[in-house]
Amino acid sequence: MTTKLVIGLDGEGSGDRALTYATDLAKRIGDCELLVAYVIEWSPYSFQTAEENAQRHKRREEEISTAMSRVVDPAVEGLKKNGMTASGIVRHGDVAHTLNSICEKEGAHQIIVCRSSEGGITKRIFGSSTANLVMSATVPVTVIG
Amino acid sequence: MKILNKALLAAPAIAAALPAQAQDAMSLDERVNTIFAEFTGPFVSLIFAPLPGTSFPWIVLWLVVAASVFTIYFSFVQLRYFSHAVSLVKGDYSDPDDAGEVSHFQALATALSGTVGLGNIAGVAVAVGIGGPGATFWMILAGLLGMASKFTECTLGVKYRNEYPDGTVSGGPMYYISKGFKERGLPGGGALAILFSVFCILGALGGGNMFQANQAHAQIAGIVGDYPGWITGLVFAGVVFAVIVGGIKSIANVTEKVVPFMGILYVGAALVILLVNYDQIGWAFGQIFAGAFTGLGVAGGFVGALIQGFKRAAFSNEAGVGSAAIAHSAVRTKEPITEGFVSLLEPLIDTVVICTMTALVITISGQLLIDPDTGLYMLDGSAIATVDGNSGVSLTSAAFGASISWFPYVLAIAVVLFAFSTMISWSYYGLKSWTYLFGEGKTSELIFKVIFCVFIVIGAAASLGPVIDFSDAAIFAMAVVNITALYFLMSIVREELRSYSERLRSGEIKKFAH
Repeated sequence: MTTKLVIGLDGEGSGDRALTYATDLAKRIGDCELLVAYVIEWSPYSFQTAEENAQRHKRREEEISTAMSRVVDPAVEGLKKNGMTASGIVRHGDVAHTLNSICEKEGAHQIIVCRSSEGGITKRIFGSSTANLVMSATVPVTVIG
Repeated sequence: MKILNKALLAAPAIAAALPAQAQDAMSLDERVNTIFAEFTGPFVSLIFAPLPGTSFPWIVLWLVVAASVFTIYFSFVQLRYFSHAVSLVKGDYSDPDDAGEVSHFQALATALSGTVGLGNIAGVAVAVGIGGPGATFWMILAGLLGMASKFTECTLGVKYRNEYPDGTVSGGPMYYISKGFKERGLPGGGALAILFSVFCILGALGGGNMFQANQAHAQIAGIVGDYPGWITGLVFAGVVFAVIVGGIKSIANVTEKVVPFMGILYVGAALVILLVNYDQIGWAFGQIFAGAFTGLGVAGGFVGALIQGFKRAAFSNEAGVGSAAIAHSAVRTKEPITEGFVSLLEPLIDTVVICTMTALVITISGQLLIDPDTGLYMLDGSAIATVDGNSGVSLTSAAFGASISWFPYVLAIAVVLFAFSTMISWSYYGLKSWTYLFGEGKTSELIFKVIFCVFIVIGAAASLGPVIDFSDAAIFAMAVVNITALYFLMSIVREELRSYSERLRSGEIKKFAH
């Protein structure tokens, strides 16, 4: 049975460590498939102007395309060069909730993420995405320091 | 907003430092007012012409009849699908794969930011100040009926919107009138769409712009002392120009986030006042019901109360006007009717909840003078006499200030922000109509945006009467065209409703697990 691992990236350099760890783990497991996921933080309850709404679909496509080309595709290419079976996905939403949803939908066995690069008051009040993921995930989560 | 606030604070100081110029400016205000009143008079008279042999404006009957027809035609859709509308706003039926698109909540919030504002604060004060507390009853009734109008127009708004190859969308009455009429083989769709666009541009310049600038100025002047309106107008015009022409999104973004907060604060303050005066709530509702059918001495009796209530409700929630269809058309959904369901919450929040709060606070505050001998309201001309002769937003401010002394300051900020947010929304509605008429393009858009900003200055400088009359007339003129079209297109909405309700019942349409 193929083991599926989801690697959550946040677009920061620390993501490389998560990719390296996932590659090592996949090699040890053997029959393994890697899914690189990038979540664009977004809330359906935010407020926008009418003009922003009218352009939202276009902006969403641009955001997905940019995330794919700058973060996900290079990561997937790197994994493939190392002989891995890898693919990528970009989604909008709450980072922790969406990563877990991706795992459930894809039938993944584990999520690998890096320690959060978030800081400031938001982190203090709401907690980091990584901490929220660890608290709410329905599959094992490995956090790379 | 810092720039705006600093400028607003500085404006009276500038006026005081330049007395000679201020003197000229006052005469400039008067000149603007006179020219404006003369220019718009015939249009206003036509829209508000009374029914033969009565003092009842035909336009008010037009709106109420339409809302009643839609309510009956769709079998009280506002009651039957109310809980479903709430589920849609919560995102229960939103596909998680569509995350990042415009949600039902966002479309509703955007539309509300264009309607919740001065209509709820100043408009209600105008209605209650002239029509007495009884106007509130008719306002609530108009709000409840108006939910069906909103449902009809917003469903069509999404169904017939234009989706361009680059992913942007344009929707609204001008699109559903032209496309819907063509689809049904009806003549005159193109001409009606053009007529709607013309009225929408006038509405954007009137109710969506001049009325906002005018009342924002009244509120600021009420706190910092009287000064020429054109100063407020110039400051507002500068900031709006920076956003809609300069593309300074940060100002709009801050406003869009602060406005909902101010709305909650406003309702919260009203609730606190009502709780503190809980022993008078029963009396206030008594005044509302008694006034609704007797007038309690207001000019025109109960018909006067009814006219004011219906007029203000229509101006506040814009049901049947068509503006909401432009705002709601951006939502991402495979089922246009879902946005219709969501939109019917708008008049409920705007009119039934927020406007009623304002009316209750004004009634309870004792700002409206009652003759102790007769128990009827005392008149000052055609309006009810108030404690300090206040009307419009100053009356609401005084009513809140009677219980919470510092609230007029919060209200002043709220009014400025509401006015600003409504202007931004209406600049978009007007722009969409403008581009429908003159085509998309940077030069064409810039011309409209500059005209829009010029009208801010005129609105702030003119006096309340002519501005309110023109604002109402322009908005209601949109409703004349829009509702005419809705009568011809409502069968399309009924077919959508039938299909959707069948699939909802059969379980084909179901909630997503989030």
